[in-house]
Amino acid sequence: MEMMYPIIVLGGLGFLFAVLLSIATEVFAVEVDPKEEAILAALPGANCGGCGYPGCGGLAKAIADGKAPVNACSVGGAASAEKIAEIMGTTAGSTDKQVAVVLCQGDCEKAKDKYKYQGLNDCRAQNVVQGGSKACNYGCLGCGTCKDVCAFGAIEIVDGIAVIDKDKCVACGKCITACPKKIIELVPYKNEYIVKCSSKDAGKDVRSTCTIGCIGCQMCVKACPKEAITFENNLAKIDYSKCINCSICAGKCPTKAIFPGMTKKEQKELEAKKAGIVTEEVKEEVKTEPAKAEAVEETKED
Amino acid sequence: MELGKILLSTILVNNYIFARFLGICPFFGVSSKMETSIGMGAAVTFVVTISSIITYFIQMLLDKFSIGYLQTIVFILVIAALVQFVEVAMKKISPTLYNALGVYLPLITTNCVVLGVAILNIQEKYTLIQTTVNAIGASLGFTLALVLMAGIREKLVIADVPEALEGFPIALVSAGLMSIAFLGFSGLI
Repeated sequence: MEMMYPIIVLGGLGFLFAVLLSIATEVFAVEVDPKEEAILAALPGANCGGCGYPGCGGLAKAIADGKAPVNACSVGGAASAEKIAEIMGTTAGSTDKQVAVVLCQGDCEKAKDKYKYQGLNDCRAQNVVQGGSKACNYGCLGCGTCKDVCAFGAIEIVDGIAVIDKDKCVACGKCITACPKKIIELVPYKNEYIVKCSSKDAGKDVRSTCTIGCIGCQMCVKACPKEAITFENNLAKIDYSKCINCSICAGKCPTKAIFPGMTKKEQKELEAKKAGIVTEEVKEEVKTEPAKAEAVEETKED
Repeated sequence: MELGKILLSTILVNNYIFARFLGICPFFGVSSKMETSIGMGAAVTFVVTISSIITYFIQMLLDKFSIGYLQTIVFILVIAALVQFVEVAMKKISPTLYNALGVYLPLITTNCVVLGVAILNIQEKYTLIQTTVNAIGASLGFTLALVLMAGIREKLVIADVPEALEGFPIALVSAGLMSIAFLGFSGLI
């Protein structure tokens, strides 16, 4: 009989726990909204937290409860929004795909340095030392802290500034929170013209530190046919919902602070030339030259 | 006085991580961020305390049938079932706490700290009250170690570490140094 004790005790305990657990799951059953599970399946499952909820599960619950819009997931984009809308019985509405953009073009050539930084290769660390080595206090430090947090390999460091690949970016927003300078912003994917400068300094100060910054001349504001550009804090601001990608502002900008920069612009001009649109092209060429002349002046002053 | 001694001893002198080297896996696994380490600490405190009390009574049962050699396997069974039960019950009773502990709760089913505390309680022949105090002390010590480590590792992320030591190796080195530092408490009691 003694031999049976361990078997009885262990088996008995095991059986007891099994019964208790199965009772517990019945008694403490939590009703999960079947919608929630369906929504979770429709989400990308990257758990990136870009929506502001703790993982895809959190967002699925919020959508099922009606607390979040069906298109809250920017990673899944329109495809997942449509699926979720179907589950929720509503229409998705138009979801503009968004992408993160680094609002600085002041690379090693164009922006001046305050001092030579030799510390840790991390923007957060560099930012602690007098706001970084760039003379401009709103410039990209180029240590690649955003590149490190990007799970989608969309960020590259080119000539000392971070550049985000529009097509790889899923707008999860991790780089936006990582950037100590707070110069990364979400911009609608369809918008091609962006003021890539964050400097709130006066025009004169911007000129003295960077050749491609917004100097606040407001030429773009006047030129915009849709009145989509406003001017605040010494910085031109494009209302992306009004912008029609006409590129007039980019042509007018004397410092080329409005992206796309020179090369892409020239490509456009070439295309335009082929198409025979002469007037646009002439204006732009005239504008290009003074910008270059200014750049030369700046370097002479050094 | 006796209870205070037990508490202080398990938190600092016989810290389960730095002196007994139990629970090293979660110690490294979830100590990269302060937030997660606090969550894990809370979950461990919760489970260790309850499981110690339960296993105290289970041991009485084992002693009665004089099958003490089944201690380990029975305790594992008890702890696993207990954690499962707590998870199910908590989901219903306190969703807030459930969300706070999150994924860490099921993770500690097989955590050796939980088992270690339960077995050591028996070995030290503690009474029920002493068992409870010891369990609380052990888990507080675990939480302390985890939080300290998280603080260090958050700084290590932006530190200039030699390439070969980056990431996990440097965490092991700092854990070793912390363990040596905790040796300083050995004369306390």
